[in-house]
Amino acid sequence: MGLDWLALSDDEWVAIRLSLWVSTVAMFVSLPFGIFVAYLLARGKFWGKSILNGLVHMPLILPPVVTGFLLLVLFGRRGVIGAFLSEYLGIVLSFRWTGAALACGVMGFPLMVRSIRLSIESVDRKLEEAAGTLGASPVFVFATVTLPLILPGIIAGMILCFAKAMGEFGATITFVSNIPGETQTLSAAIYTFTQVPGGDVGAMRLTLVAIVISFVALLASEFLAYLVGRKVHVE
Amino acid sequence: MTLIVEATHRLGAFTLDAGFTAEGGVTALFGRSGSGKTSLIRMIAGLSKPDRGRLVIDGDVLVATDDHVFVPKHRRRFGYVFQEARLFPHLSVRQNLNYGSWFASRHEPKSAKAGEFDRVVQLLGIDHLLDRRPSHLSGGEKQRVAIGRALLSSPRLLLMDEPLAALDEERKAEILPYLERLRDETETPIVYVSHSVQEVARLADRVVMMRDGKVAAIGTPAEVLSGASFLAGDRAGDRVSDRRDAGAVLSGVIETIDRAHRLITVRLSSSAIILPNAQGEQGQTVRLHIPERDVMVATQRPEGLSALNIIGGRVAALEPDGEGMVRVRIACGSDMILARITALSVERLALQIDRPVFAVIKTVALER
Repeated sequence: MGLDWLALSDDEWVAIRLSLWVSTVAMFVSLPFGIFVAYLLARGKFWGKSILNGLVHMPLILPPVVTGFLLLVLFGRRGVIGAFLSEYLGIVLSFRWTGAALACGVMGFPLMVRSIRLSIESVDRKLEEAAGTLGASPVFVFATVTLPLILPGIIAGMILCFAKAMGEFGATITFVSNIPGETQTLSAAIYTFTQVPGGDVGAMRLTLVAIVISFVALLASEFLAYLVGRKVHVE
Repeated sequence: MTLIVEATHRLGAFTLDAGFTAEGGVTALFGRSGSGKTSLIRMIAGLSKPDRGRLVIDGDVLVATDDHVFVPKHRRRFGYVFQEARLFPHLSVRQNLNYGSWFASRHEPKSAKAGEFDRVVQLLGIDHLLDRRPSHLSGGEKQRVAIGRALLSSPRLLLMDEPLAALDEERKAEILPYLERLRDETETPIVYVSHSVQEVARLADRVVMMRDGKVAAIGTPAEVLSGASFLAGDRAGDRVSDRRDAGAVLSGVIETIDRAHRLITVRLSSSAIILPNAQGEQGQTVRLHIPERDVMVATQRPEGLSALNIIGGRVAALEPDGEGMVRVRIACGSDMILARITALSVERLALQIDRPVFAVIKTVALER
């Protein structure tokens, strides 16, 4: 037996590309919300802060299937939000790759927020005070001092969110099912292989791909953190 | 420039109730820690808000709690130098220096700014640091950059909150001459918070002395640092620490510089005084603080003595403190030197008003 078994079929390529695409979209779309919520949790003083914190962390604790089902109830065609989105904005989430991205984003969100929140809490507020006395308005202070200083935390949060999205299975399959070419991500494809006789080889191929992608993501995050860390030397 | 400050603020058991008016030059807020001077300067900067207060600079009302006026810190155009440098670690020294000018540009033409940058960099001696990161600077260098950063935001008032307190003696000695140049070469008025008599004596044009959240005295450094209010503490322990630093503040011109012995001679009104290893240029006007506890009194010119400074004068006043100590005011020309000696010494030497005496000061005691 040669190495032919390593050659990926077209369907498998589609699943890999879809997975990368869905995870990337999930990561970038969650980012602004992630920074906003992390800032609120780190700095905000308002009633219901612990409720918001709990809500954000729910997907981490709930069984993924439950999260997927809740997404189905809320964002499905007849769901409260889903009906509104399809009626007024023309966005359909159920059984589409966009739904997969939503599920992945929701699952990765708590990890992203956690990482960014911790880095915001570690920012020396005295530096922000100094920027204010130099004439920078609060928005400018955030853009020119806070944001550059929390960049390592943002990168870490993005990578964590991406990794979670790549591995996400339960919520995605519950919410948008397992449609090849539309919602069948890498994990779902591996699962499908294990359900048919003789699928082990395919499952192993995709498993190797998953390992490579995860490893590259990890290395990339280390490298970015190194680049940023060289710039941001905390005194 | 006219700055009017009035603030009332309660913080637990501590009550701040202080006010002063400042013209140009360096106004020092002086007092020991806990006297409220930092709270007051933070209110001037807009870093905190007084319960009641008023802040007016050249007719521009920045705070008037009665009328609900409170201009936020970034719209006051006040530079602030903190105790720690607080440089931005993600920016180079040059970018740190330019940070404030991004926002000040609205008030100034661009051509003036380039010249200003070079001038400030020269003044503070930081031209060789421009491309470095703050983490690669020493404590003294960081603080000089922080001062430059505040200056380059084109402030109409520069606030300095114990800028030397976090540095060791050597670094302080390194920065003080720059602060003197800053005072003499820029027109920006300065409010300078310090608990150090040395710094205040050297830098301030006016001193606002604070105690327990209130203004205890206002005047020139010579008046405040040698005056009765400086001694009038309300707790016994405080009085002792105050007394250690009380003394005369004299100003003179550097006459000669003896590089071999690392000494300089400063010409006073009728005499000259020798100081150790001080930086400076010939002809420069300097202020010096002579702690009264470091001055001895002799009725004849002593011989075979290591002290370099033996200055002739007349006893102008004897002020017993009722606890066995006497402060002797010695008039040397138009300068007044203070000496703190025991009542026993006064008796033995039979000191009385107008008697010619010699003030003996160890040069080492005047290390700046």
